[in-house]
Parts: sequence; C-alpha cells; structure tokens
Amino acid sequence: MAGAPPGHTIPSYAASHAGSPSRHMSQYPSTTVTTTTTSSSALVSGTPAPTSTLSSTLRYPSTRKTIYDRNLNRSRNAELSRSSFAYLFMEMVSYAHRRVKGIQDFEKRLNEQGYPLGLKLLDLLLYRAGPGASSTSLTSSSSTSSSGGGAAHRPLRLLPLLTLLTTKLYPLLFSRPADSLEQSTTNPAEYMIIDNTPLTNQYISVPKEMNQLSVAAYIAGIIEGVCDGAGFECKASAHNTGTDVWPNRTVFLIRFEDHVLEREKELERQGVK
Amino acid sequence: MASGQKAARVGEEVWKTRVDKVNAELVTLTYGTVVAQLCTDYEYDYVQVNQQLDKMGYNIGMRLIEDFLAKSNIGRCGNFRDTAEMISKKVGFKIFLNITPTVTNWTADNKQFSLLFDENPLADFVELPDDGRAQDELWFSNIFCGILRGALEMVQMSIEARFVSDVLRGNDVTEMRVTLLRYTEDEMPPDDE
Repeated sequence: MAGAPPGHTIPSYAASHAGSPSRHMSQYPSTTVTTTTTSSSALVSGTPAPTSTLSSTLRYPSTRKTIYDRNLNRSRNAELSRSSFAYLFMEMVSYAHRRVKGIQDFEKRLNEQGYPLGLKLLDLLLYRAGPGASSTSLTSSSSTSSSGGGAAHRPLRLLPLLTLLTTKLYPLLFSRPADSLEQSTTNPAEYMIIDNTPLTNQYISVPKEMNQLSVAAYIAGIIEGVCDGAGFECKASAHNTGTDVWPNRTVFLIRFEDHVLEREKELERQGVK
Repeated sequence: MASGQKAARVGEEVWKTRVDKVNAELVTLTYGTVVAQLCTDYEYDYVQVNQQLDKMGYNIGMRLIEDFLAKSNIGRCGNFRDTAEMISKKVGFKIFLNITPTVTNWTADNKQFSLLFDENPLADFVELPDDGRAQDELWFSNIFCGILRGALEMVQMSIEARFVSDVLRGNDVTEMRVTLLRYTEDEMPPDDE
C-alpha cells in the first residue's frame, strides 16, 4: 500500500501519499513476512529486501513452534495481568521521556510506536471478523455487492471505518467499546472518539510542567495506523479533556486528509456503502 | 514437591481472584513495538538492545516485587529451591503472564537452575529479522532477565539471569539460566507494625 503507483485513479490520493502519512508507511513495507507481527515487520524494515521471504536464512525449531504453525486466533481471548501492561508501558514512556525534547516530540514518538500496531491490527480484525476467510480482505470493491453474509469487508466509507474503530478495535484492545464517537461541528474532516478511562493514562502520572502531555498518544497512533492501513489517511492525536467525574477523559481527534473526503463524496454519489 | 503444588494453587487462586486482566495481544504487541524501537534507536546493535531490555526489566522488577508480595501474600522462602518454585515458576510468572515455566536442570550446589518457557506471551506473533545477525545476537525476551534480577535483588538475593536458547533463534526450547550469586546482607527493615 505504501507504494501506491502514481497513476492511481484519484490523483490527489497518490499525491498525498508522498506526504506525511507515508512517512510511517515507508518504514513498514507491506512486503514483510507476516501480517500480524509488530515487532518482526518493524524489525525487518531495517533490512528492506522484498524478496527475502523466498530465500529466508532464518532457522526454525524442529518442534515447529513458529508463527506460521500457530493459529491466529489462539491468543484471541488470552489474558494477561493488567500490571504487566502497566509496567511495560511505564518503561516505554520513561524510556521515551529520556530521548525526546518537548511534549510534541514525546507525543510524536508514542504515536509512532502505536502506529505499526494499527496496521497489523486492521488485518487481524478483518481476518477475525470474517468466517475464517482471509481472502475477503483485498476484494472489497467486488464483494461489496454481496449482501452482508458475515464476510469481513475492508471499510470503504468513513462511517464503517469509524464504527470499526469504536466497536471492533476498542474491544480487541481494551475489552470494551469506546465511550462515544462524534463528528466535529466545525470541520467535516474531523471526528472524535472519546474514551473516559484510557488504559494508558491509568498508571502514568504526568508531572505538572508537562500537563499538556497525553500518553494516550500511543492509542492515537494505533488508531492512525488502522485508518491509514485501510486507505483513510489521517492524523490522529490525543487530547486531555478531564472532567470531575472522568479525570483521564481523552478525546482522540481524527483529521482525515482532503482526498479521503473527496473520495467519500464520490462514493456517496455512486451509492457505495 | 509439596511446596511446588502449594505454590501452584496459590498462583491459580491469585490469578483468578486478585488480578486485573488485560488483553494479551495488547501486551504482546506493545512489547514488540518497544523492542522494535530499541532496534531503531541502537541502529540494530543487538548487544546494546539486549542490555537496554535487561535494564528496563530491572526497573520493572524492582517495582513488581511489591505488587507480587502484596497479591500473593507469601512469606520468605526457606531456600533458593523454594524461591525458584515460588517467585519464578508457579506464582510469579503465573500471576503476571499466566504462564508456568518449568524449573529444571539444577546444579548439585542448588545455586543454578533453568526456566523452560513452553509458552511465551511476549514472543507470540514474532519472527526475528532475517538479517543474518538477529538470530545469533538478539535475545528478544531479555526483559525477563532484568525483571528477575531486579525483583530478587529487592528481597536480598543477588542473581544472574540470562537466556541460553530461544525458539525464535531456531532452538527447540526457550531456556533461561538463573544463578544465585549470593544473599545480600542488607538489614531487614525493622518491623514497623
């Protein structure tokens, strides 16, 4: 996806691909070995070799305990202690803290660390949403006409994408849907996902002089990754909007690129759902 | 083995009743992104990545022991064998990661043992980069070593932990070697209650 050819049907789409969204994408080539690993594909990016999958020099255990032999749904309902996440995330944040200058830089870094998760999770979500059919994911345009037999489509329109975020992505990550989804009244390109109790903020106390910082930027990165991966380029950011009842309440502001809205209008005209 | 079984029961009990849960995949992927970030930051110098992971683990271990003691409500271990059963195997890994690595390969002096990881939630979904080096140099789950070292140091045990094999490297088992260096002689805090 990162390397969308210049002759794409919607010119602005290809053009903006050269812009900032592809900054991330180019780091994570779609030619990587697996679809669901954060670490491996991110690691692989250091040695861009598109054909390396064919001539792998990796060694595998004779017990065949590899990612290829394991059912993708195996860890679907697996649970770990919440503190294991808290400890890990805490270290991630404090490590980042030592390496950044300023809050913007900090949030950008957390966002970038979440981003590859989004790309992988999109595939995982669609794989699991379908009746075991992984072939549905890339044939979205032709399969839209088939009247919802439970097959998983890539979302084509904004609303299905946003619903995917709040009702599929959120439960996968946090075992609950997001608290609400709103559209900006002033800017049609902006949507907001609201989380009253983001898990990332629960165990991190931000010093006073950094009170602008939202460590939920990590979740914003995941959201951005899912949207970009689905072909809806956007910028997602996290904003503290604590209230008395919900001190950690966070708004994820998603601002879609212009060409996404253009396409949205065009699809609307064509009656694509 | 009686202590082992008791530990297992405690672990199961604590896991079921006293542990807040989170989706395993979130943790797996988060760990993945941490390692990936380190690899980028250290320009794929895997020796340094291992060290950094160990350091992070150490920081975690120092805090985690408190959580562990509070949840498990167990007393001091009589000897290092008990420690292995309790802290590492049945209770420690159980209540944080819901796995129970096997304790085995004791040396005769009872100061060194292995943990065999049949499952490793941190390494689900992982394949190391095919760059000809990672499988020889990177210990992907090295954070565990630091966690054990940090946690045990807080209860007056100085240990060394390192991985000796990993399925991600193509080995048949994932094995960590834990060595007791010495019991540190810090004064126990006076009974303040």
